Formats: sequence, structure tokens, C-alpha cells
Amino acid sequence: MDLDVLISYFPKYVEAFFLTVRVGVIGIGIAFLMGIISAFIVYFKVPILSFIFSAYIELFRNTPLLVQLFFIYFGLPKLGISISAEVCGVVGIGLLGGSYMAEGFRSGLSAVPGSQNEGALALGMTKSQMFFNVIFPEAFSLSVPAIVANVIFLLKETSVFSAISLMDLMFTAKDLIGLYYNTTEALFLLVVFYVVMILPVSIVGNMVEKRVHYKMFGV
Amino acid sequence: MGFEVLLKGSNMSRLLVGLAVALRISMISVAISIVLGVILGSLMTLKNPVIKVVSKIYLEFIRIMPQMVLLFLVFFGTTKALGINMSADTASIIVFSLWGTAEMSDLVRGALSGIPKIQYESSFSLGMTTAQTYIHVIIPQIIRRMLPLSINLVTRMIKTTSLVMMIGIVEVLKVGQQIIEANRKSSPNAAFGVYATIFILYFLVCWPISILSKYLEKKWES
Repeated sequence: MDLDVLISYFPKYVEAFFLTVRVGVIGIGIAFLMGIISAFIVYFKVPILSFIFSAYIELFRNTPLLVQLFFIYFGLPKLGISISAEVCGVVGIGLLGGSYMAEGFRSGLSAVPGSQNEGALALGMTKSQMFFNVIFPEAFSLSVPAIVANVIFLLKETSVFSAISLMDLMFTAKDLIGLYYNTTEALFLLVVFYVVMILPVSIVGNMVEKRVHYKMFGV
Repeated sequence: MGFEVLLKGSNMSRLLVGLAVALRISMISVAISIVLGVILGSLMTLKNPVIKVVSKIYLEFIRIMPQMVLLFLVFFGTTKALGINMSADTASIIVFSLWGTAEMSDLVRGALSGIPKIQYESSFSLGMTTAQTYIHVIIPQIIRRMLPLSINLVTRMIKTTSLVMMIGIVEVLKVGQQIIEANRKSSPNAAFGVYATIFILYFLVCWPISILSKYLEKKWES
């Protein structure tokens, strides 16, 4: 491994790192919102909408991100819907992540025992009070492990962006390997930057999970 | 809309052959992952500090590394650093088995450590031998806990193998690109039709499997 090569590559990776993080964070934010909205709509069985959103969840949960991105980036322009690679990445992660998050929230909501509903109603709460003060907080903490897993999964999935020529970490590594053939150095930096990006999320996620678990069950 | 290009010649069957290439890789990797995952998962329940540290590092590394990076590490990295020259097929099977084994072993460990000690003790006090305890009491429970999750792993494996096109394997997406390129003049909108078809194909493969997994999970929950 050549230290000079590493140093000369470093700024390129830093740039790519921030682009990856930016697209990842915005995408995950959208995914989170999409997930909550879809889970609510499916949970409350809103007519028509709940069918559409269930179809969306199943469709995006059961297809690879790479295929989704190819469809959005290369397929949709033929219908006159043309978007930049960066927006495409955000939309892709948002839609894919939304379906995963929705599934996480849905299983959280269905894990809240029915006695909580009855208890809240017996205390004289209205339907909306019951949902927002009792059911949703419980369901949310039950879904924390799924949310953490999804965030890590989505951050990893950002590596697929390189396929639509978004200059992310993966693309930078591929580009540098193709240009200068310093494979070892390029791949080493790639691994280092992904560790720097995802390891803290993994550690913080574990801590949050433990804390929520403690608050709920006392162990 | 570009769908008509798939009806020309053998284009549709070429796409399906491409899909089969991706599915073959995922099935081989799943088989390897299940065997190695069960072994590693059982080892992890032993209280051996060396196994614990090694498996912890292995699991965490796989957990935070994108599969695409692992593919590049194995396919390009080993060639350059160690001089090993392997086919893209072999590299992808190695990567997906490494990933699958990590996921599977974690499931096995979770299922094994979730079985309360009292199950073993009661079986022994009923006069069962260790073998009988495992065959009649422990393993049936583990299978019930693990099967839905492992079936889920199959769909994830199938979805992830779409990445193999990035190291040059001609699978369904690559075939799709070739069809689009070849028909650039005659049907300029082929990209929409072809990619929409691939989208639907993947859905048709993964959806039934994930329904099965959900069904089993519900059935065995109570």
C-alpha cells in the first residue's frame, strides 16, 4: 500500500463521503415520513388509499433497489419524467426505505396488545387521544429495533447509486481503480469510509435499542 | 411504451435466462449460508471467548459493509493483493455466502439462546437422552422460530444478487441493457418497457416467498 496514493485520493473520498451522507440522510428522512404515513393509512384501513399503499409496500419491498433505480433513472424519462441522478437516488432510497419502515411500524402497531385500547377507552380517552398518547408511543418504541436495522440497511444500499453515475463512495472507488489501477489503496479507503459512516450509526443504534428496551421492560 | 421489443425474437426468453443466472447464484449462496450459518450459530452459543470475539468482529464487519463493497473487495481486491484470479461467479457466491452465513448464524444464535433452560431440564427429568431432547424438543422449536426468518433471507438474497451485474456477470439487468442497446433505433422507448418488465419479474419471484414467510410466522406465532 502506497501512502502517497492514499493521501492523494483522500480529498476525493471526503467529497464523495459528504455526497453519500447527504443523499442518504435526505432519503432516509423521506423514507421515515413515507413509512409513518403508509403505516397509518394501512392501520386505519382508509378506503382505497390503504389498498394503494399496501400495493406500494409490497411492490418496493420485493424488488431490488438497483432495479428500481434503473426503472426510475432510465425508464421513466421515456415517459417524459426526467430527473437528475441525485434526485433519483433520494427518491429511490425514499421509496424503498418507506416500504421497509412502513413494515416496521406496522408490526410495531400490531404488537400493541388490545388491552391497551380497552384500558385507554375505559379511562375516558377519545379515539384520537388513545391513538396518539397510548398506542402510537408504544408501537413506536416496539419498532425501534426495526428502524435502526432499516437505517443501517438504507445507508448500505446507497452504494448502489454508483450504478446511475452518482459520484458516491462506491463510484469514486470504481473510477479511481479504472483510472490508475491502484486497487488496494482505493478499496482500503472505501472500506475505511464506510466504517466511518456506518459504525457510529450501528453503535448509537444499539444504545438506543437498549435504552428503549430498558424503559419498556426494566431489564 | 417499449414493451413490444420483448416480443421480438427471443428477447423475453433471454431476459428469463438472465433472471435464472441471478437466481442460481442466490440459491447456491443460500444453501451454503444455511449449512455454515447453523454451524457458526451453534458455536456462538458456546461460551468460548475466542469464538465470541471472532464471530462478533465478523458479524459487525458484514453488518456495516455494503454487499457491493464486499463484492469489489473479493473480486478486484483479492486479484490485486493476493494474485488470486477467480471468476465473477465464484466471487459473488463467496460474497453472498459470507453475508448469508453472518445473517443466518445470528438467527440460529437468537433461536437457540431464546429457548429457556427449563425445556432441557424437563426433558432430562422425563428420562430423555441428550439426543432425544434435541430431536424431539429443541430442534422442532428452533425450526419454528427460524424458518420464517430464513425464508425472508432467501428473498433478500435474491434481491441482493442483482448487484452481480456490477462485476460483469450477464444477468437479467445486463441482458435488459443489451436488448435496449440493440433496439435503440427501432424502439427508442425500450428502456421503459424492459426495466418495467424486470421490475415486475423480480416482484413475481420475491412476493410469493415473502407471503409464505409471513404465513408461517403467523401460523406458528400462537
